[in-house]
Amino acid sequence: MKILVAVKRVVDYAVKIRVKPDKTGVDTQNVKMSMNPFCEIALEEALRIKEAGFAKEVVAVSIGPSQCVDTLRTGLAMGADRGIHVEASYSFLPLTIAKILKSLADVENPGLIFLGKQAIDDDCNQTGQMVAALLGWPQATFASKVVLDKDKQSATVDREVDEGLETLSVDLPAVITTDLRLNQPRYATLPNIMKAKSKPIKKMTLEDLKVDIKSDIEIVEVTEPPKRKSGVIVSSVDELIYKLKNEAHVV
Amino acid sequence: MKKMKALLLDHHRPLSFTIMHRFLLKLSSSSTNPLRNSKFQRLILPSLNLFASGSPPPPSANPYSADSFRKSRAFSSKSRALGVRCISSEAGREAIEYDVVIIGAGPAGLSAAIRLKQLCQEKNTDLSVCVVEKGAEVGGHVISGNVFEPLALDELLPHWRQEQAPIEVAASSDKFWFLTKDRAIPLPSPFDNKGNYIISLSQLVRWLGGKAEELGIEIYPGFSASEVLYNASDEVVGIATKDMGISKDGSKKETFQPGVDIKGRVTLFAEGCRGSLSEKIIKKYKLREEVNAQHQTYALGIKEVWEIDESKHNPGEVIHALGWPLDPKTYGGSFLYHMNDRQVALGLVVALNYKNPFLNPYEEFQKLKHHPAIKRILEGGTVLQYGARTLNEGGFQSIPYPVFPGGAIIGCSAGFLNVPKIKGTHTAMKSGMLAAEAAFGALHEGSNMNTYWDSLRGSWVWKELYAARNYRPAFEYGLIPGLAVSAMEHYVLKGKVPFTLKHGKADHEATDLARKCKPIEYPKPDGVLSFDVPTSLYRSNTNHDHDQPSHLRLKDPKIPEKVNLPEYGAPESRYCPARVYEYVEDEEGKPKLQINAQNCLHCKACDIKDPKQNIEWTVPEGGGGPAYSVM
Repeated sequence: MKILVAVKRVVDYAVKIRVKPDKTGVDTQNVKMSMNPFCEIALEEALRIKEAGFAKEVVAVSIGPSQCVDTLRTGLAMGADRGIHVEASYSFLPLTIAKILKSLADVENPGLIFLGKQAIDDDCNQTGQMVAALLGWPQATFASKVVLDKDKQSATVDREVDEGLETLSVDLPAVITTDLRLNQPRYATLPNIMKAKSKPIKKMTLEDLKVDIKSDIEIVEVTEPPKRKSGVIVSSVDELIYKLKNEAHVV
Repeated sequence: MKKMKALLLDHHRPLSFTIMHRFLLKLSSSSTNPLRNSKFQRLILPSLNLFASGSPPPPSANPYSADSFRKSRAFSSKSRALGVRCISSEAGREAIEYDVVIIGAGPAGLSAAIRLKQLCQEKNTDLSVCVVEKGAEVGGHVISGNVFEPLALDELLPHWRQEQAPIEVAASSDKFWFLTKDRAIPLPSPFDNKGNYIISLSQLVRWLGGKAEELGIEIYPGFSASEVLYNASDEVVGIATKDMGISKDGSKKETFQPGVDIKGRVTLFAEGCRGSLSEKIIKKYKLREEVNAQHQTYALGIKEVWEIDESKHNPGEVIHALGWPLDPKTYGGSFLYHMNDRQVALGLVVALNYKNPFLNPYEEFQKLKHHPAIKRILEGGTVLQYGARTLNEGGFQSIPYPVFPGGAIIGCSAGFLNVPKIKGTHTAMKSGMLAAEAAFGALHEGSNMNTYWDSLRGSWVWKELYAARNYRPAFEYGLIPGLAVSAMEHYVLKGKVPFTLKHGKADHEATDLARKCKPIEYPKPDGVLSFDVPTSLYRSNTNHDHDQPSHLRLKDPKIPEKVNLPEYGAPESRYCPARVYEYVEDEEGKPKLQINAQNCLHCKACDIKDPKQNIEWTVPEGGGGPAYSVM
């Protein structure tokens, strides 16, 4: 079985970001970028499944500008067998990414597609679900535990939901998105980084995959959240009720 | 020298001459020879001397087979084919071998690597070169003023102007101010930055890293060198990277990965100022005693990059200032450089031999920003990044013998910063290039690494540092005498005096006891121009995995509460620009030192300034630390 893992190159989680002065987005120039932490977890799980003998090959795919190759090399250094870089000059919204991944799945025929539950730059939490829908495959999102059953060709997944944990059984092929508690990603060791240099990364274009990238969504403006206003100390309960009634209009 | 003394004593002696007389009396007796004691003991490099034979091995033998590795402990001169790498396993750790291993992907390290590959191309041969870097990215730990003198870069990569080097803003003016609390008094500038450029050194190093990779140099960011490797003859054979995945209590986590031995026939240390492994090497091989060098002295630089109002921005403008907020007994100064993209680099440099343990360099920097002359430039702007790093001030007098069995020390780890110019990048790069030439000679032509020392002393680095040697030590006598000597040196003497002034006490010994000093009250930050430490720290993008043992080691864990706090007022809680050291109350209400290692900016101030030298800065897991991009 082949496992396809989608990894996204995002602004590093420890970096202080700021909005561009023209409000078209976040300033990503001269900013440290890394693999999305949830994607790292997804890749780690795929590698563990391969090491347990349930899969033959782990393929990492990234969609974006040429620097995505660095992200893929990190994935290869962690242990992925090969990489696919889909060249894209600007960042796409989840539906476009999902369409691209569907096209790739049609070509690669994986038994499992792993994604992080969401990217830390847009927090969309949509791509995994959309890929499953486009492919008509079952989905298990927010996975905190994945156990494969080779004979039954299914996976038992514990999902972290608002009410607690939900256990699902999904038939393969399936889409699984990973949550924080699933695993601790491994370090890319120096010898593995060296070996990764010789692993292949295939370049593909949107024309190759015959994907229509026209989006129905356009980002109009990006602004910083409004600055928190300081609180007011009231002198009596009456004043509090007055303020709640007449100023905050919540009573 | 005696003649000069006589000359001064014969004249009617105003105060300045009495002070001058005191200088002359303090001269070091052994410093009459400007090249210092040239009869130093030559370090013997037995293994590298094997290169005298220098002939390649018979084609059938594999010189790097595990077999021959175990048999021949010393390095051989055998050159080997491109790309042949031996990964052998010994005692559970993998070992990877290169011809040259360089620790630190900064200006010195990358210049050395690039020069090596250039020499290979010239002589139609090849050497494998590996650079390890503890920052997560090349340039991530690089921070500097920086008004860049392109002298070394012109030699290394003469076509940098056509290769999109991030060197664009030519210095257009050199302003020099004496600051009082309210005024900025313009003075004639001691600097001449014509032909220099205002740059972000982090950006330049990233560009250099790209150039290095194009030449086939293997650079591995995210790996910290934690240990020097020695062979049976006590020669350096490389370094070991730090184990990753050890929990705070010392146990191995699920993700544990042992470090890797990276071995080199030549190992070059380019860790920057107060490099943790370089310091160990200097101690072990007594490299300062070797040439009668003095101890190194340091300063702490704290810097911010601001994006300011277009109307206030003047790309190319260079401002240096002395005086306020520092008192006349504390050496230091501030800088403000206009880069492009509406950015300005602003900082304060405080010499670490300050006496008052209550001095807080970070808070002094916050005060500086409120000075009217600075405030009017910053108003309406926002801070992009913050950072701090120590720098060398010892100059010529403190340069150790930089060659040891198995390699050499380059860049600020040895200490080539020109203090009156406040520039160290060009000399660091040149030292890397000279070490590369020596290493190439040793590996390829059977010569000796000692040629690095010889070529250093014959180069413009030596001339420059020798001419600049008396500026900083003169300030031991105070601000006015220091300025007087600086003026004399700059306009008249230019270092051509037969004496070399000595440094005062070592920085950690210069701190007075707290009870002898007046505590300093610092104003609260206003959140617009001045900020608290956590806010600033956030802007350095610094982070470390929290679940690892603290990389800041206390040799004696009782000393902070027994000595630092009662006798010196806990100076580490004041000079650390990252609030790593805090005294909190334990369960019994007694103060206890808490080390917030996660905040560390890797500046090394604690390693330098701790009064009992009890704090040892060691490398954390690779990839941690600040993420500077425009510093």
